[in-house]
Amino acid sequence: MFDVEVKDLRKKFGDFTAVDGLSFSVEHGEIFGLLGPNGAGKSTLIRMLTTLVPPTSGTARVNNFDVVREANSVRQSIGVIPQAMTSDLELSAEENLTIFAKLYGIPREKRKKTIPQLLEEVDLTQWADKPIKMFSGGMRRRLEIARGLVHQPKIFFLDEPTTGLDPVSRVAVWEMLARLKRERDLTIIVTTHYMDEADKLCDRIAIVDHGKLAALDSPLKLKASIPGKNILEVSFTGAPKNWADTLRALPEVAEVKGEDNLFRISTNNGPRTTVELLEAARNSNVTVASLSVQSTTLDDVFVYYTGHVLRDALQAPSAAESPYIMKRGGGM
Amino acid sequence: MHRVWAIIERDLRRFRRSPALMFISMVMPIVQLVVLGYAFGGTIKNLQVGVVDKDHAVPAIKLHEMLQSVAVNAKTFTPIYYSDEADALRDLRNGKINGVLEIPPEFSRKVLAGANPRVALIEDNTDQFAASALAGNLNSLLPAYNAQPVSPRMSATATLSIVEVYPYVPYIQFLLPGVIVLAVFISAMIGGGIIYIDDKARGLHEGYLVTPISKFELILGFTLAGAIKAVIAGVVLITVGSIIAGIPDPLNPLRLAKMFVLVVATALALISMMFLIMVRVNDPLVPRAIFGMLNTVLYFPSGAVYPTQSFPQWMKVITTVDPFTYAVHGFKQLILKNTGLMAVSGDLLFLFCFTVLAMAIATLLFRRTL
Repeated sequence: MFDVEVKDLRKKFGDFTAVDGLSFSVEHGEIFGLLGPNGAGKSTLIRMLTTLVPPTSGTARVNNFDVVREANSVRQSIGVIPQAMTSDLELSAEENLTIFAKLYGIPREKRKKTIPQLLEEVDLTQWADKPIKMFSGGMRRRLEIARGLVHQPKIFFLDEPTTGLDPVSRVAVWEMLARLKRERDLTIIVTTHYMDEADKLCDRIAIVDHGKLAALDSPLKLKASIPGKNILEVSFTGAPKNWADTLRALPEVAEVKGEDNLFRISTNNGPRTTVELLEAARNSNVTVASLSVQSTTLDDVFVYYTGHVLRDALQAPSAAESPYIMKRGGGM
Repeated sequence: MHRVWAIIERDLRRFRRSPALMFISMVMPIVQLVVLGYAFGGTIKNLQVGVVDKDHAVPAIKLHEMLQSVAVNAKTFTPIYYSDEADALRDLRNGKINGVLEIPPEFSRKVLAGANPRVALIEDNTDQFAASALAGNLNSLLPAYNAQPVSPRMSATATLSIVEVYPYVPYIQFLLPGVIVLAVFISAMIGGGIIYIDDKARGLHEGYLVTPISKFELILGFTLAGAIKAVIAGVVLITVGSIIAGIPDPLNPLRLAKMFVLVVATALALISMMFLIMVRVNDPLVPRAIFGMLNTVLYFPSGAVYPTQSFPQWMKVITTVDPFTYAVHGFKQLILKNTGLMAVSGDLLFLFCFTVLAMAIATLLFRRTL
């Protein structure tokens, strides 16, 4: 049995198809990453799974409840951190948590126990009674995370939880998520634009583009799935004219780019190509001025599957979309 | 019900932390009460009347004496004497004086002969209020002028005796009921309109929608939270307003209790109306843009500032469906006439039915998704 099961899920806004027939499932205990360019349909997908937007067609089951027909059971099983900041700035951290606990119908005795514990878990005990308008971006995010867990959900949805945070806060949020997942036995579904984060933390990653699934696998397998496992960046002094051809003839080389003395070589076996390259250079009396070997990153995977780094696209309109209110992220 | 209270609690806690909003919703109506109350309510004084006497005989002099006595006592106008009619008319057109009283030649002869003597008032009718005050004052002067030095014991002239049922009601007191309703309206507009849409646009509602709260609980929570804030504004106005307007025994507990019932009914009706208007709105500019229009359309046709009997037919239609009308009528009964609740039961019934209907339609239109 899966915690999340999506079958041929589709969402249209007028003529615009935001999610176009997605199917996948998430196992219990996974951290499942959703990657994709702006406008790819990630947020719409999350909103359908969290009962905020009804699907046009297809089915989605969360904790084995249908998101349309058993919406309230779904809501009871999930914690959601939407893109927008949904806590009250004027209220204190503790008040915000208390109000949400009441919205989930948690009785007073249990509230008194769980709220201090949650504040402790997200390192906000010290600031519990301060209004959150005084909080930094990272502290607000941590509070939102605590808020999403106030009713002890099984599945946790986070839409770009680290957008707009400084690198230190980003690391803190991710470490916290990894710890909470372990301690609370959560299944986490998260969207992000930061490839390094996704690489380190996600068990599996789905790359979504144009509302469709472009790739789905573990980060390691995704990186292995694209041609060339390593990139060699080499500069030479005194390289002859046909030097690029010599490089192309080396074993395991997939592609060579560059001219004169500077080359970028894609290879399926970095170490072997490096050894052969040094050998060839010595034989031809060419000096290697500098050399670096890099592994393929998730960035390369992303670019490979979506075909672009940055793209302008129409977004699915949302009820909460307004030009007058600033939001944390602008993505989908 | 726990969930409804959570929404109310959240709203009231926020409200308590931003008293500026509270202040705005009460100060505007109080300012209006004071400024409009004194601007329109006072008696008109110190008008300038040019007097051109072409007669100069004793009956004309008797008229001069009466004008002088008005100038000294009631001070409605001061006579300014002109020898040339053309000068007086030029000053009238230039706005230096408000009217010209002309005593024609032969006036005295006609008075003594009993041959329909007349004086003429040439008035600047661009200012209706000053003109009618002047005409009214001079009109009431003439019967005194005409009165016989010794009146006959039995008069055949029919006269009107006026009996006022209530103590004198200055305009500021007439205005107070409308201003109380206005305070409740502004509070409903801010709480039920502007803040509601801002919260929605900011994504705060998204936080509610992912919890297992029902559609009805959400609407009830929003409505009650808004109504409580509007009631607070109303309570301040029924007490502070009564004191400012000079209502006799302003803090009479029984009357305040009756007014409180009406404040609650008004708040519920106006907040549910606001919610019905805003239920499908997402743009934070909308409530701000329609604020002024709604205020004008609801406040003025309600009879709060001018009697509804003078309205054209189309405006009377608005008057009939406007919850302001019934609220204002009810407060007039309670404040100006100190009646019991029975006298306002019709108003309370209308406001109650209006609330139920508006809430029902709003619930039907409300979408529990983004």
